[in-house]
Amino acid sequence: MIKGNFIDNLPKVYGIYTGGFLAFIIIMSIAEQMGMTAKTIGICFVAFTVAIYAIIGYLSRTAQADAYYVAGRQVPTVFNGMATAADWMSGASFVAMAGGIYFKGYGYMALLVGWTGGYVLVASLLAPYLRKFGCYTVPDFIGTRYGGNLSRFMAVVVLTVASFTYVTAQINATGTIASVALDIPFQYAVYVGLVSILLCSMLGGMRGVTWTQVAQYIVLIIAYLLPVFWISNKMGAGFFPHFMLADEVSRIAELEAQFGFVKNSAENLKEVPKGLAGITKAHSAVNATPWAFISLALAMMMGTASLPHVMMRYFTTPSVKAARKSVGWSLFFIFLLYSSAPMLATLSKLSLIDPTLPTGIIGKSISEVQAIDWYQNWNQANLMYVSDFNGNGTLELNEFFMGGKAVVLATPEIAGLPYVISGLVAAGGMAAAMSTADGLILAIANAISHDVYYKIIDPKAETAKRLVVARVLLVVIGFAGATIAALEIQGILGSVIWAFDFAMSGLFFPLVLGVWWKRANKEGAIAGMFLGLVSGAAYLVWVRTGGSGFLGITQLTFGIFGSAVSLVAMVVVSLMTSAPNAATQKMVDEVRIPSGKSILGKQH
Amino acid sequence: MSKQEQHWEKSRGLLFMTLAIWFVFSIGIFLFGAEMNEVTGPFGYPLTYWFTCQGSLGAFVILIFWFANRQEKIDEEFGFSERGDD
Repeated sequence: MIKGNFIDNLPKVYGIYTGGFLAFIIIMSIAEQMGMTAKTIGICFVAFTVAIYAIIGYLSRTAQADAYYVAGRQVPTVFNGMATAADWMSGASFVAMAGGIYFKGYGYMALLVGWTGGYVLVASLLAPYLRKFGCYTVPDFIGTRYGGNLSRFMAVVVLTVASFTYVTAQINATGTIASVALDIPFQYAVYVGLVSILLCSMLGGMRGVTWTQVAQYIVLIIAYLLPVFWISNKMGAGFFPHFMLADEVSRIAELEAQFGFVKNSAENLKEVPKGLAGITKAHSAVNATPWAFISLALAMMMGTASLPHVMMRYFTTPSVKAARKSVGWSLFFIFLLYSSAPMLATLSKLSLIDPTLPTGIIGKSISEVQAIDWYQNWNQANLMYVSDFNGNGTLELNEFFMGGKAVVLATPEIAGLPYVISGLVAAGGMAAAMSTADGLILAIANAISHDVYYKIIDPKAETAKRLVVARVLLVVIGFAGATIAALEIQGILGSVIWAFDFAMSGLFFPLVLGVWWKRANKEGAIAGMFLGLVSGAAYLVWVRTGGSGFLGITQLTFGIFGSAVSLVAMVVVSLMTSAPNAATQKMVDEVRIPSGKSILGKQH
Repeated sequence: MSKQEQHWEKSRGLLFMTLAIWFVFSIGIFLFGAEMNEVTGPFGYPLTYWFTCQGSLGAFVILIFWFANRQEKIDEEFGFSERGDD
């Protein structure tokens, strides 16, 4: 069936894979009709998809440095776009984003704009130039462009702080899904999630991660779009929700005006389980100040351009122009999911609060709502709660509470879709969290093995030894992440946003000025990375411990302060010290033209 | 001016143009979010709401492909384009 080169056969391979996955969904829905239990379906979905990823991971095993670090630099643009989209869209995007929009509306949607607009910066400022450079990791660029072990080491530090903050959230998400789908306690489920993650990346490094991420993208996008379209059609809201929900959006505004927003006394709120919320903000009206919106979007955009696990995906394309196009494809594949999240939030909200719809629960009697199957399920999972505060026996809008995750996880069930869809959604969430965790763990392990071990500690190490070190680090970092995730210190979304702020504080300007300002030198870059990261972190600690902050910069946007300090420090220190030598200047000139040899050789 | 300097000058011009368009869709619009949301946008959604869930996102996708094509043309013009395809 498959002849010749693997790369040439990619469309065929993934075409068959997609067909197989759709067939699997159909088989599962037939099994459901024949009486398979919901629990077995959930287990089948998660186990089947994870097994496929593990097989791909095994088939991609390699003993070559450039296959392990950059997938042999032969990933075609469209497939690299899919892999980047999976790498990018985390458990937070998949499970929490629609919920955030549901509860916070416009103010939250700054994240949609920020997490897509950042790719314009990636495409125009950085990706093609770093690809021309020919580096294996982001610190590899910093270390070679600016020179010296200290600059390389500082870049590794920033990368590790940002990526590690991010990865614990992802392992947490895989653990949550595995514990629900497989019905095991969370603290064990975290390690089940971790083993699945390592199966994809350990043997094949970047090559293994690339081909599993493409497979994971296909699963997650089907799992997200299928329910959105199905629910929209079932509710009669329109067969293509993205273009047809204007009436639903205005109907929600109408109901909001009728019911008013949730205002509960502190005493009543005490009995509501932690993490659940009522509808307190308008759905489609502008409910945030311009600066609150723009500062959050800006922080996310600059963070996008500084996160190493995204940047290193563009090191795998065959050429510089392929890297540029590939950024476009990445964003296109991300757009498919991000533009659907607000539609899901709209459908979910309307189906719950509109008393004229059969699924609506507001206005029904409390006892009637408490008797609904799906209410009981999600109440048990601590994601839904009703209480008759005013004692009139009827459910009011301010007596209904829900967790953010429930929007994605529970809406199919509320709308009356078969359970097979819920199993599919669990598999999609797992794919989203695993693919991001893989990219992040690999970014950290590669930076430490390549930049710290090989470039600084033992430059004479043989390839085989380097790859052993890389794999050991992968396991160690994974376990460290899982151990912290098992402690359940912070929520999923908060720590994701912090990761962006850390990355932009320390890396944005050192990366951008490395290409666009020839005068930038080693001393400037070190000052920029160090002072940026330290001042950003200090600001976060200050605000978290009761500080008032300034200029409206919050704990979610502290990177704006950090990166401003980084820019000033870098420019001032660079100008106070001597200009980079002629060889470095020539290197920057070389980076700026796409043709010719890369700066670093194929094996370095 | 050498060929390389001319190439870089043009590339830089394209960068500024790209960033200007990026600025409009990521920041400019949202300076006037409240006012613009009074207007009915495409498909009947409130205009600012539409930009946050589709308009700006789609504009970024188109902008990146447009940028990539323009940059390829500049590279070709100065003979800096890579051999082989992707």
